[in-house]
Amino acid sequence: MAEAEASRAPLVICEHCDSVYQRPVLARKQTAHCQRCGALLARGRRLSTDQLLALTMAAAIVFLFANTFPIMGISMQGLSNEATLWQTVEALAQGRITLIALVTGLSIIFAPALQIILLAWVLVHARAGRVAPGFRACMRALEHLRPWSMLEVCLLGILVAIIKLAGMLEVHPGIGLWAMSMLTVLIILIGGRDVRGLWDELGVGRP
Amino acid sequence: MSAPPYAGELGLQLCHTCDKVCLLDTHECPRCWSVLHPRKPNSLVRTWALLIGALILYLPANLLPVMYTDMLGNGSESTILSGVIEFWRGGSWDIAVLIFIASVVVPCIKFFVLGLLLVTVQRRSRWAMPERSRLYRFIEIIGYWSMLDVLVVALVAALVQFRALSTIEPRLGILFFGLVVVLTMMAAMSFDPRLIWDAEKNDVR
Repeated sequence: MAEAEASRAPLVICEHCDSVYQRPVLARKQTAHCQRCGALLARGRRLSTDQLLALTMAAAIVFLFANTFPIMGISMQGLSNEATLWQTVEALAQGRITLIALVTGLSIIFAPALQIILLAWVLVHARAGRVAPGFRACMRALEHLRPWSMLEVCLLGILVAIIKLAGMLEVHPGIGLWAMSMLTVLIILIGGRDVRGLWDELGVGRP
Repeated sequence: MSAPPYAGELGLQLCHTCDKVCLLDTHECPRCWSVLHPRKPNSLVRTWALLIGALILYLPANLLPVMYTDMLGNGSESTILSGVIEFWRGGSWDIAVLIFIASVVVPCIKFFVLGLLLVTVQRRSRWAMPERSRLYRFIEIIGYWSMLDVLVVALVAALVQFRALSTIEPRLGILFFGLVVVLTMMAAMSFDPRLIWDAEKNDVR
């Protein structure tokens, strides 16, 4: 009986309390919440595959800018210095504390980079109606990367650093900072759960 | 409207990775090939271990200096709290409050809430279940903002590198602080909020 139920009626299970519901049909921006625990059950898909791919491409370009150009520069008594995202991570790679440089590198460079690469890979194939090679591994990796991508925290960190340093020297925002701000917004848009729609769209795992 | 059924009662389970509804007796998600578990494995033990580890590291994170500042030959080390106090005295009370919330309030709330959730789940308490669910989702969202101080120290240390005039370097405290954030994030991820609701059922979990 359970077998029939799992394959026939489209169901949805609340990940926070295990309640089972019929899968609601939601329009764009509509959300469904669990009656029992109030958690978000489902959300109307906001972005189509085409839109996701377009934003992913934009994110890839902006990512290159954010990582090539300095985030900000300072000057003091005729001396000046600039720092890129990579140099920021490098500043922590000193002797005993190098481990924290890895965590920081993951959260502000590697996780967003992997998100963009994996999304581009599965979306380019999905647009052609194909299931990308390694589709399952890519989709699983995207789920596991999501909590470790912390660009928005980095953006707030930059703001705090600017205010901290502005008291003692001159601070100039760099091109990298503008790119970072755009990248943060783009990653929030594409890094969400909309990509899960590909499972149904491509019919992966359907008997 | 009557309460919705639990997945276990219908012989179903949820795939954690791709959200697919799977049968209870399968061990691998037919769609994404992840390993299936009705509940996160060893949720309570793992969460306790990670939480206690984070609590222990929280001491050196606050006691050891996180940053060394050398201004025209005058070197000084600062801890997380002394950094907050410096901002406060310097007149930027808003930044002081922001860093205080991210570095002190958020980790402490996480310790307290995770401890509370673990104890109530182990006692199979039926007290305030929807509210406890909401508390869990709250700490899941706020957790990673604690990385703020690590990133600020990294940025400032990367920028202020004028050999003769002034330099800023990170210190050991920031490693412990970063590890506290990572461990509390992992603790929140390993806790299974469905255990809160298992208290409603009388069968074994």
